[in-house]
Parts: sequence; structure tokens; C-alpha cells
Amino acid sequence: MYVNPADGIPRMAKRAFKKAALIDVLNRLKERYRLYAPVRQNDMTNYQELASGDQADFSASNTRLSPKSFMHPQSLCMFAFGTDKGSDQAGILREVEKDLPRSVVFGIRPCDSKAFQLVDVNFNTPEYQDPWWIRRRQSTTLVGMACNSPCSTCFCTSVGSGPFSPDGLDVLLTDLGDDVVAEVMTAWGSEVLDHADIRGRATDAMTEKATALQQEAERSLGSLLPTESLREKNLNALFNAPFWDDVQFACINCGVCTFVCPTCWCFDVQDEVRNQQGVRVRNWDACMYPLFTHHGSGHNPRHQKLQRVRQRFMHKLKYFVDKYDRGVACVGCGRCVQQCPVNIDIRQLFRLMNDFKG
Amino acid sequence: MQNPYLPYPVRIDTITVETEDRNLKTFKFVFLNPEDEKRFTYKAGQFAELSVTGKGEIPIGIASSPTEKGYLLFTVNKVGVVTTALHQMSPGDIMGVRGPLGNWYPWEILEGRNVVIVGGGFAFTTLRSSIVYMLHPDNRKRFGDITVIYGARTPGMLLYKEELMAWERRDDIKMHITVDATKDPSWKYHVGFVPTVTKDTAPSSENAYALVCGPPIMIKFTLPVLTGLGFPPERIITSLEMRMKCGIGMCGRCNIGTEYVCKDGPVFTLAQLSQLPAEY
Repeated sequence: MYVNPADGIPRMAKRAFKKAALIDVLNRLKERYRLYAPVRQNDMTNYQELASGDQADFSASNTRLSPKSFMHPQSLCMFAFGTDKGSDQAGILREVEKDLPRSVVFGIRPCDSKAFQLVDVNFNTPEYQDPWWIRRRQSTTLVGMACNSPCSTCFCTSVGSGPFSPDGLDVLLTDLGDDVVAEVMTAWGSEVLDHADIRGRATDAMTEKATALQQEAERSLGSLLPTESLREKNLNALFNAPFWDDVQFACINCGVCTFVCPTCWCFDVQDEVRNQQGVRVRNWDACMYPLFTHHGSGHNPRHQKLQRVRQRFMHKLKYFVDKYDRGVACVGCGRCVQQCPVNIDIRQLFRLMNDFKG
Repeated sequence: MQNPYLPYPVRIDTITVETEDRNLKTFKFVFLNPEDEKRFTYKAGQFAELSVTGKGEIPIGIASSPTEKGYLLFTVNKVGVVTTALHQMSPGDIMGVRGPLGNWYPWEILEGRNVVIVGGGFAFTTLRSSIVYMLHPDNRKRFGDITVIYGARTPGMLLYKEELMAWERRDDIKMHITVDATKDPSWKYHVGFVPTVTKDTAPSSENAYALVCGPPIMIKFTLPVLTGLGFPPERIITSLEMRMKCGIGMCGRCNIGTEYVCKDGPVFTLAQLSQLPAEY
């Protein structure tokens, strides 16, 4: 939901249900909401709308793609227009109706819900509000699933989140094996549990078990990455640091890090026309590509690979930190670490940048 | 909630070819809906996204002044897909304008000051807006001396020639028009590059701000001249260009360090730029 529990909504009582009843829970939600959940797709798990017969799969720590497309679709049709010069509507754009029923994303991980809160600062600003991001945020309830066993590439506890963090969630579920504890964070979350007919109270034993699982999961993530000095570092000194040459050496500018990243929000806008009917669409874009900043004149402020690689990490770990004062633009999901074809590891950038002397 | 991506529909009223290479045209737009014109309240130095359906949008500085009511002016250089399409359009055609966008020259601070305007080539559009704004009878007394140094490659490449000549004849604005070179024997203004003319005419930095817009090479050589004349970096103001899409600080491509040129700029002081990476 679009409210941070830390902003004053009290935590409500914990409920619980039998894990064996999960299928009934999902079926009940399907009647009320457009329901999305992680589903196994060949060798990966991704979110998809749960149609009848689809089986939700919560075994993967992280889905291959982040759930950012729920709020920021990879391709979004903004406006439509006709190009027939004879029409009195020629040259005039009209907004394309968006199909945005009340939705539930079931089983989202705490890192990914935290990412929505971070990206809110880009799309919902005092001066401008992105209507499509906001409408999607306002029509989507997030039912989170705590991570009992984080991946080796996870580092959420280093960046202000955690495997059991409720940030940005409406409900936090904890899988105890036979039982699932449901902690309600918001009124939207309470509503979803009511519709799912989850009304049983969690017992003290269940709560204790959940706490033990949380401690074990947090412990498994090991020592924290250093972030405390990023803010005070001189921006230009970091920008001109010598380590960028090593960091960028192997990068092939494929952009996969940006596409799987839950906090990468950059987009392009393009017009497409066919048979005198056109649309203005926005598509995910990436700072890894030379065209991203290529001026019409031919000038390009980031024409070198080093500049583009530096832009991505500086944005996440310095520019965002300085501009918004709410930590780094990274939630520790580890997707970029897992999927980078040349093993560039953002955790190493935390160390290089935080510990840079110069 | 107003959709910040939706342009206001406008009709092209007139199109003026500005330069001898015919690569620069000034478009005069009239809003289709009078209420849109009221919403489009701008200040000199801001820009807008010009929208041509089927081609896309481009960020262009507003060349008209807020004191010119009933229309907007944009001078567009033909370089890419959208600008080429725009150059092929005709009066009467409908297109879109989205804005005003970005910040503006700091008019609140410039009041009571001498203003030195240094421009080169076709980066004279928002400077024209500023000059027209300051020369308006309601505003002229709010500013001290106004000095303009404006250069182009040849006389035929100067923008707004009739206005330049009209300003030459006034006694409340000091004009220094220059060209890189000319074979025209009747040319009676400066010949030489903008930095050199700036140095030779030496406008005083006393109680003065400099607004500088031009190609990177001109900026590069003009800034040391202004510094030599005693302008501190807080009083040298420039306007930057970047590839843009959204124009409202969301699409992510036009940043210089922490600042988005579209929303936090395009107007920056030299003092501000010195705190940011030199990546523009």
C-alpha cells in the first residue's frame, strides 16, 4: 500500500493459516482481485497473473525479474493519436485507458517492496506526479513473503531492508512449515486477509518460531557492507577515482543489471505509427547504452563505457544518497550480481566507494 | 491530477526562416484552448517539449518573452527526426507544446543589477526572451545597464536580425554584434570571436551578472575572459543542453551528478557547476 507503516499506521494483530490451505487462500483472492504470484517458468521463477491451473511457487528466494513492471511496465502505452491530416483530431494526443483493477501481488519479497518506496521519490515528487506509477501503486496490495533462506548474493540487511522487513508491505507472511503467520501492516492488508478468510490468530509459539527464523535468516546474511561514509564523500573525488577503470574493464554494456534491478527506473519515450494510427509509448531504457545520452548534434556526454558504468554505480550509491537523503538506491536483492555475464559485483562497489580515500 | 506528459495542442501560426543556411526556423504557436495559455505561465530561460505526433518530442528553449502575450516562439535547428519533421510543417498544422519546463534565469536576483548577455550562434533563443523581457516598458527600470555581446559565423547566421538592428538604435541597451568573418564591405559591426569581443569591449563586472549561452567552444573561451573581468562564479550564469525525454526529472538521462538538467536546470551558475562532475 502507498503508506509506510513507519508513518503512523499501527501494526495490527498477527493472524495465521494452515499452509495446506494456501491454494484456497489464493482461489478466494482470485475472485476479488487480479492476483499475481511467483510461478515457475522452465528454469526461472517470475511473477505472473495466476490463472486457473497455475501453481504459485514460493521456493525461489528471488524471481529472475524484479516485480517493478507492476508499477512501471516494461512498455507502457501513454497516448494514442491519428496522423490523418484531414481529421480535426490530427496532431492531438489522447490518453489511452489503462486497465487497472484492484490487484494483489502475493509473495513479494521485502527487498522488492522496499524498492517501490525508493522509486516513489522519482515518480511522485512535489512538483510532478507520474500518473501511471501512482495509479498502479494505489491499486496494488502487496502481500509479502519473508525470506527464510536468503541467497548467497543477497545483502538486504546492509541497505536498510531485511529478509523479514515489512517496509512497503501491506501484509508480511512468514512460512513456518505447517503454518503461515500473516502480520498485517495496513488497512489494505487487513482487507485482503479478510477476503482470503484468514482470521485465525497466530499463537505465541508461532510468533516465537517466526522470530527464530528471522534471526537465523539475518544471521545467514553475514557481516554488513560498509555504507556509512558514502554520504560524506566528496562527489567529484569519487567521480574521478581511479578504480572506475578497473570496474568497467570487463563490462560489455549489455544492460541486464538495469533490467533486472528493482530500483532502475529509467525510460525512453517513442512514437510508433501504423496505418495512420499512432501511439506514444514509454519503454524501459538503460544508462548502459550510448544512445541514452546521445544529443541530436552528435555530442554525447557519456560516450565512453567507463562513463556509463560509473553513472550507474554513482547514481545508486552517491547521487541518490546525496539528493534524497534516504540511503542508497539499492535493496540488496542481488539480481545484478547473479546475472551479470562478466561478474561485476555491486557489493565490491560499496567497499570501493565507501572506503575510497581521496 | 494533471498529466505532466500530455502536451497542450497548438496551431502553427507563422514560420520564419532565420538563417541563410535555412537550417533555423522560428515557429510561432497559438494555443488551441485559451485556458491552456493561462496555464502555460513561464519565465525567460525556461524550455518546453515540442511534440510532433508520430515523431516524438524535443526540448527547446522558449524564445518568446512572457511579456509577449497570445503566442509562443521557438527557434529550432534542424538536426534530427523531430526537428526535420517540424521544418517540413506548415502554418495551420496542429502540434503540441508541453511545459513550461525547467528553471529560469534568476530574475528576482537580477533586479537592480547590470546584466551582461553573451550569446553565440543559435543559442540565443532564451537570451532573446530575456532581452525582450527586460526591455519591456514595465520592466526596463528594474534593471541597470544591459550589455549584449552576440556573435555568429556570418551576418547571415545571426538570429532575429531585425530586432538586433532595432536594439542597436536604442540608447537603453548596449549592443556588440559580431561575426567570425565577413566579406560584406557594408558590415559595420564587430568582426571576431565572441570571447575576443567580450575581452575588447570589457563590460564592467560591477554589480553585474553575466548570462552566457553558446556552443561549448565559445563557453570554454568566454568563461576565463569573464573571470578576468572580475565576474565571480556565482554571477556567471549559463544554460545547458542535454538529451531529454520526460522533461520533468523522471526518465533519468539528463543528469549531471545529482542534478537533472531538465528539472533542476537548465540554468546553473558557474559556482554550481564547479560542484558537479564535468560530464556535459
